[in-house]
Amino acid sequence: MSILEVRKLSVEFGHNRVLEDINFEVERGAVLAIIGPNGAGKTVLLKSLIGLLPYNGVVQWAPDVRIGYVPQRMDIETDVPLTVREFFGLRGGGLTPDRIREVLEFVQLDEHILNAGLGEISIGQRQRVLVAWSVIGSPDVLLFDEPTADIDVTGQESIYKMLYHLQKNLGLTIILVSHDLNVVYRHATSVLCLNRSKLCFGVPREVLSSEQLLSLYGGEKAFFEHKHD
Amino acid sequence: MQATHIILPLIVAVFVAAGASLLGSFAILKRMSLVGDALSHVAMPGIALALIFKLNPFIGAVVFLFIAVIGIWIIEYRSALSLDTIVGVFFTASLALGALIMPEHDLIETLFGNITSLSVAESVVSIVLSLTLIAVIFALHRKLALNMVSQDIAQSIGIRNKRLEFIFLLSFALAVALGIRFVGALLMGSLVIIPAASAKNVARSLMSFMLGSMAFGMFAAATGIFVAYRYALTPGPVFIIISTLIFITTIMIRQFREA
Repeated sequence: MSILEVRKLSVEFGHNRVLEDINFEVERGAVLAIIGPNGAGKTVLLKSLIGLLPYNGVVQWAPDVRIGYVPQRMDIETDVPLTVREFFGLRGGGLTPDRIREVLEFVQLDEHILNAGLGEISIGQRQRVLVAWSVIGSPDVLLFDEPTADIDVTGQESIYKMLYHLQKNLGLTIILVSHDLNVVYRHATSVLCLNRSKLCFGVPREVLSSEQLLSLYGGEKAFFEHKHD
Repeated sequence: MQATHIILPLIVAVFVAAGASLLGSFAILKRMSLVGDALSHVAMPGIALALIFKLNPFIGAVVFLFIAVIGIWIIEYRSALSLDTIVGVFFTASLALGALIMPEHDLIETLFGNITSLSVAESVVSIVLSLTLIAVIFALHRKLALNMVSQDIAQSIGIRNKRLEFIFLLSFALAVALGIRFVGALLMGSLVIIPAASAKNVARSLMSFMLGSMAFGMFAAATGIFVAYRYALTPGPVFIIISTLIFITTIMIRQFREA
């Protein structure tokens, strides 16, 4: 049963068409990786899916689906007067300390982080905090926009492990933007290659042929070929 | 001025400063420091027209501020022009216009404020509106903070950012209308910003930031009125000087902590 159906989706900023005629479906419990070069419209696609941007076409979620969203980055200063504990409190509703402890465990963060400032923790830690923040809302789907830079490879690797752990344990559907094809091969159940329009869609090993990668990324394919296991 | 005559202005100043400083904590977080100056300048022609037509200047200020807030909000969402540019050009122009049409004997008071000239009724209205402002900001503080951290996350859990920002701008206008009698159109921006900037230097949590900002504003208002009375000075500028001294102190505390 599909949890999301996208038909003829297009997004324009002024006269600039950023996404064009995107069609795909996501099954419940799937891990969809959206890949593509910089400026391909990956973040725009993610934002359109949850109505953060105006779009043309159809984005149809299953009824009563709850969506958690982890943005690529936050515009906050390092000295922002807001502790991680307070950040969790911003959700409102009856948030118990036990529930916070529980979600922190999901994302493998120590409780001490609650007293730290949201601006002073590392980017990797902040991403985990954001994932925990969205998990508090008991989402059915998690939309995860990977940061383009500023994060080391091992840190990113463990965040993916944590995400798949969440997917298995909580039965989440995950839609993520990724730059790491290695990760896509290993964990994604389906992949969407994007460069303004959809270039491929399907199971990673089938659709991520050398030709596809060549047309998606241009001449960079050699870099990816020796990476997958 | 007799000693009993400063009690009412002192109470009003403390309430007005509490409201303005609390609002200021979010103005700082949203990097809207300039808006306070802009709005206080816009109030000038409103006050001038009210004085010319023998109306209460507060009403003139509120009407003009309301128009300006709608303008700012539209510019932010509908126009490709930078808010800074628009504010820099038009709002300074309205200060100039206000200065030209302002009856001359009211000019200094409008520019630098004089809270001791408030009637009892005006004082009561100021206190009630200040309390309203404080209540609104406290009621919205979670949403405002989330909007500041990430508009996308806020929207993803159903917060309407545009509406929230409009309510915030309206609150901003109210704070300016209230504060302009205290510190005047020239110094109003500082009433909003300096206590909050001081609190940001020493606060780590949102709650301590908000309460600290209010406390600094209230303390500076009370001592400002007292010092002004004692040495026969204009209260507004004295308030700003005291706030600035607090700001410098908090910078030193911050440096000391980080060292």
